[in-house]
Amino acid sequence: MSKITSPAELEELRKKILAQRNPDKLCITLCSGSACHATGCDPVAEALAEEIEKQGVVGEVDFRRTGCHGFCEQGPILVVYPQGICYLKVKAEDVSEIISETIKEGKIIERLVYVDPNTGEKATREEDIPFYKNQQRLVLGPNRQIDPRSLEDYLAVDGYQALVKTLFELSPEEVVGEVKNAKLRGRGGAGFPSGIKWDFARNAPGEQKYVVVNCDEGDPGAYMDRSVMEGNPFAVLEGLMIGAYAIGANEGYIYVRQEYPLAVANLAIAIEKAEEAGLLGKNILGSGFDFTVKVHRGAGAFICGEETSLLNSLEGKAGEPNARPPFPATRGLWGKPTNINNVETWANIPLVINKGADYFSAIGTEGSKGTKIFSLVGKVNNTGLVEVPMGTTLRDIIFKIGGGVTGGKKFKAVQTGGPSGGCLPEDLLDTQVDFDELTRAGAMMGSGGMIVMDEDTCLVDIARYFLEFLSDESCGKCTPCREGIRQMLKILTDMTKGQGKEGDIELLQALAETTKGSSMCALGKTAPNPVLSTLTHFRAEYEAHIHDKCCPALSCKELIRFDIVAEKCKGCGACFRQCPADAITGEKKQVHIIDQEKCTRCGSCLDACPAAFGAVSKSSGQSAPSPVAEKIEA
Amino acid sequence: MSEITLQIDGKKVTVEKGTTILQAARSVRVPIPTLCDHEKLSPYGACRICTVETEANDRTALVAACQHPAEEGMQVRTRTEQIDRIRKVLLEQMLAHAPDSEQLMALAGIYGADRDRFEQESSFCILCGLCVRYCAEVKQKHAVGFFDRGAKREIAFIPEIAVRECWDCKECFPLCPTSALQAAYVLTEALMEPPEEPAPSCGGCAGGSCG
Repeated sequence: MSKITSPAELEELRKKILAQRNPDKLCITLCSGSACHATGCDPVAEALAEEIEKQGVVGEVDFRRTGCHGFCEQGPILVVYPQGICYLKVKAEDVSEIISETIKEGKIIERLVYVDPNTGEKATREEDIPFYKNQQRLVLGPNRQIDPRSLEDYLAVDGYQALVKTLFELSPEEVVGEVKNAKLRGRGGAGFPSGIKWDFARNAPGEQKYVVVNCDEGDPGAYMDRSVMEGNPFAVLEGLMIGAYAIGANEGYIYVRQEYPLAVANLAIAIEKAEEAGLLGKNILGSGFDFTVKVHRGAGAFICGEETSLLNSLEGKAGEPNARPPFPATRGLWGKPTNINNVETWANIPLVINKGADYFSAIGTEGSKGTKIFSLVGKVNNTGLVEVPMGTTLRDIIFKIGGGVTGGKKFKAVQTGGPSGGCLPEDLLDTQVDFDELTRAGAMMGSGGMIVMDEDTCLVDIARYFLEFLSDESCGKCTPCREGIRQMLKILTDMTKGQGKEGDIELLQALAETTKGSSMCALGKTAPNPVLSTLTHFRAEYEAHIHDKCCPALSCKELIRFDIVAEKCKGCGACFRQCPADAITGEKKQVHIIDQEKCTRCGSCLDACPAAFGAVSKSSGQSAPSPVAEKIEA
Repeated sequence: MSEITLQIDGKKVTVEKGTTILQAARSVRVPIPTLCDHEKLSPYGACRICTVETEANDRTALVAACQHPAEEGMQVRTRTEQIDRIRKVLLEQMLAHAPDSEQLMALAGIYGADRDRFEQESSFCILCGLCVRYCAEVKQKHAVGFFDRGAKREIAFIPEIAVRECWDCKECFPLCPTSALQAAYVLTEALMEPPEEPAPSCGGCAGGSCG
């Protein structure tokens, strides 16, 4: 593409692209985000290219590989436009039929459409599927329409319109004012008002300033930023440039995890194409504004999501935090004023500029505006990426969009805010997703991780799991974080092994107070949250572990036992054959016995015992008497 | 430099802008305990024993006095019940690693810290980083550094540098609040090759192959 040197040329190009596109023409889009790669979109794409040619429909149908659609549970996802027919879990074997039936004949392939697991109702079109119907996809929306590697596609969905407006119609102060009035808050976790942050960097003395994209998403189970970066890198670049213009920076850095290969690749292509088109570099669109951007690949340390650690890492130092103040806005990268925002925050900027602060601030709650993307995972039917207006209740996200808990199990808790977030119980499900509401409830917004847990989940073990993660990911610089997490983890580990002691809860509270109160950075200050929130809402579970050596959820291996109920055992030998530890003894037609010394508590016997017998029991906190081997009367 | 006035434990203090709370407190002889602070080194904020409570603009916060700048009108409280509890737990956590440190035991007496509250895991090091930072900032040799992260973080001498630099320096030894440093050096020394002897002069042999 030759360089575009003015807004008029850009508009001309956009018109040309749109003129070449017939909205009524058939178009197949195939989700090619990381999750769909895992479920096999590549063979589907190959088959599509082949079949389109083989069945002679080359001119009749377009084929586009897009970013993540969000309904990852059901991937690979294929959508046929203009009808919007949505096929789920598509395999290469289905492709020939999709072309011959749907593309050529306009027929729906029933077996590939969505079936509601609760009602059995089918939904043919994407917008009719409850998962999508209850979302408002302002940021993720373009992901399913565009090829992330195509600048033309981005221009076709009004890409770079916000940049033109910024460079030619707005002063830097006006841009900052718009972001302030939109009341956009940072999507990385802390929820600091972005406009105010921009203002700090803008007003900081110094000629050289920087803007940085934080794509060091590291929460277990969270992949919002990954999907935005993979699926719509041009939007992130556009937002970044608008921010750079507003604060007076000409250089930007994108810090992205090395473990996100597709995001790194798509971003590199987007930067190259933007440079070719003159949408990066010197005198962008003839405005006199220069901007260059470099990609820095992070080595996968969770702590580098903390802004001062990220900047240290960018400078080639160890990823460890610095004290704030000074804040990066006054002393950031190489000591210069720097504005760092998270991927999702940057991706919201073109929207704010295009639609205006009034539009944006009309969405959401009093304190939290716009939409938020959540990564809905765990024991929930529809796992995937969910974008909802702020103020949506947790209940609506989990049950209306997520389709409820898997396997008909009972809901127990939802963990929001990543490893240093909190677990909320059922009676707080009507909490609205809002920075302040979630914090008040004892959890936090974080960057948007949302893990659903069912009745089989032990909350003490969950707290232990998150502390273990944080113990690995703490940088170890300051005592309360390094040592506090170490000691809390030890206590929790002991509890799950039945070695909890009187006074452990009080000790956890004392450790939590110290870690929260005196740690240097947000990792340490929030590290006790998994413990504190579970202690608040599930204290009885802690007490059962300590006093009764009992895991009420029957989850902690060292606290449970399997027994064969003598009255129910038919001596069929099914459990005996399945036991990998040779822990079950018994002759045919004789009651079987589990040797508790040998038993590894894997649960194979429980699964193997025919449902009609139901002779294997799982229990915790009580010592079941060993049944006496006896012959079963025929 | 403009001056600012703040209150530390009720005492009025006037200092230059940019002064840390710790420096301001010292100027009026209000004691704040420190372990990782050193006059020749830039503030590091690792031990957190200097945590104090500040009140400014209607907000209270717990901050590290060694790093946090004094602000105009700020109220600083160096001893509150919460701060004492925090210092006690911090000391107990460090004593689990270095139970015989005199400096730690002296502070433990003040804050009522129990040396045996946590299971002993004697590494002898509290990771204050005085040795690492002194070697880097003052000596600029980088012969001792941090390795690994989180709960696995430790200090170690880098044999290739230590063999050249440490044998006649050892200025970091007296800085160590525990006996860890010497132990680490002794271990490294055992692994080190001695410094290379200057090449013996050949005295001009007939072959002349050594040039």
